[in-house]
Amino acid sequence: MGLEQGGAGMEVTGASVHANLQSGEVDAALAAEMSRHGVHVTSLESLYNWGRSNSLWPLQFGLACCAIEMIAATMARHDMARFGAEVFRPSPRQADLMIVAGTVTKKMAPMVVRLYNQMPEPKYVIAMGACAISGGPFRDGYNVLRGIDRYIPVDVFIAGCPPRPEALLDGLLLLQEKIRGQKLVGEGRAAHADKAVPGEFPVPGYGSNGLVPEWNPDVWKPEMIPVAADGDEISKKARADGAARGIVAGDTQGKEETS
Amino acid sequence: MTAAEVVERVKRAMPEAAVEVVENPSPSAQHSMLVGREVAVRVAEFLRDDSELRLDFCSNVTGIDWLERGYLEAVYHLYSVAKRLGPVVLRMRTADREAGAVLPSLTPVWKAAEFQEREIFDLFGIRFEGHPNLRRLLMWEEFEGHPMRRDYVEAEEFPAGFVIPGVLGREEQ
Repeated sequence: MGLEQGGAGMEVTGASVHANLQSGEVDAALAAEMSRHGVHVTSLESLYNWGRSNSLWPLQFGLACCAIEMIAATMARHDMARFGAEVFRPSPRQADLMIVAGTVTKKMAPMVVRLYNQMPEPKYVIAMGACAISGGPFRDGYNVLRGIDRYIPVDVFIAGCPPRPEALLDGLLLLQEKIRGQKLVGEGRAAHADKAVPGEFPVPGYGSNGLVPEWNPDVWKPEMIPVAADGDEISKKARADGAARGIVAGDTQGKEETS
Repeated sequence: MTAAEVVERVKRAMPEAAVEVVENPSPSAQHSMLVGREVAVRVAEFLRDDSELRLDFCSNVTGIDWLERGYLEAVYHLYSVAKRLGPVVLRMRTADREAGAVLPSLTPVWKAAEFQEREIFDLFGIRFEGHPNLRRLLMWEEFEGHPMRRDYVEAEEFPAGFVIPGVLGREEQ
């Protein structure tokens, strides 16, 4: 526990820990005042989240071109190790972050879900690049899965083709922010603290013309508008309907996103 | 060495072999050799072993679906490392696009063709007789259909009867 050690150098860290106190905890200004006198007050929750967010261990999981940018983000110039994501674990059992970097083919999709299931909780997923988000430029391909969020829950989407290493770092920081804000008890608590939220998801099987099921309805819930089957009026109606509800083409519907 | 010269050399060694030149009218002028199915393996062995040709490097095998002509084709690109020749382009045509989509495998001649012919089997549906391990390569075993055929229709991804706003459907592209 390094909080009591060190002098001025630790002030910055101490302050940021105190700044993440959940509401109902010690007042932040009071905490800052006390820390100047060497008394550090924090909540177990924020300490726990601080430790978790600053030592996310990613799973070695590059699928395609985005993997090269992910590797570049770990190398000297961009250095992801600064943010704690230093050791990429080869085994899912030892990892807590899966960065899905690259096109997920339908042939590979069951393996991705299986690896996700093998990760112990708390675990997070970053969908890096257009292909992992939605199938990307290859979404009409016969073997391309239109986004890994069809089968596993994704925490951060990083748009780009490929996203620059800085964008991956930005996404990692966004995830760290999300983790620091997670509650461990009460309503709306983190997934791993809630027994009702599943930690494993069914692995899709290989069908004769695609995966079975094509998506997991508990995981992928896009806004869908039922339309009557009347030929070319479908698109116009859908667009009008969407416009009436304030949804325009390309809207991200409030998902966490960085680019 | 041009395609015509290669064909002439093959014909001199094997007069009964069904080989002919297929002209390529495009600016690349990459003419190819069309080889009959029955003699293909012997012609391939000749191309590989002949002292002047020594085409020992099969760098690429690909498939073509001639939908309007009613057959499938396998195309081999051959190089000679020792003689610095190439590419010599070899073509083989199937009888039809259904039960007759069978060709002799040239994997016993050039090992490099093994996975390439598996890919053609997977994506075009050409069965290669004599292939040591003919099964799908890119798609999974249970998959039905051959995606690179011109009449292949991809599975519809959107749930039937729904449109997702902001996402283009096939009819809108």
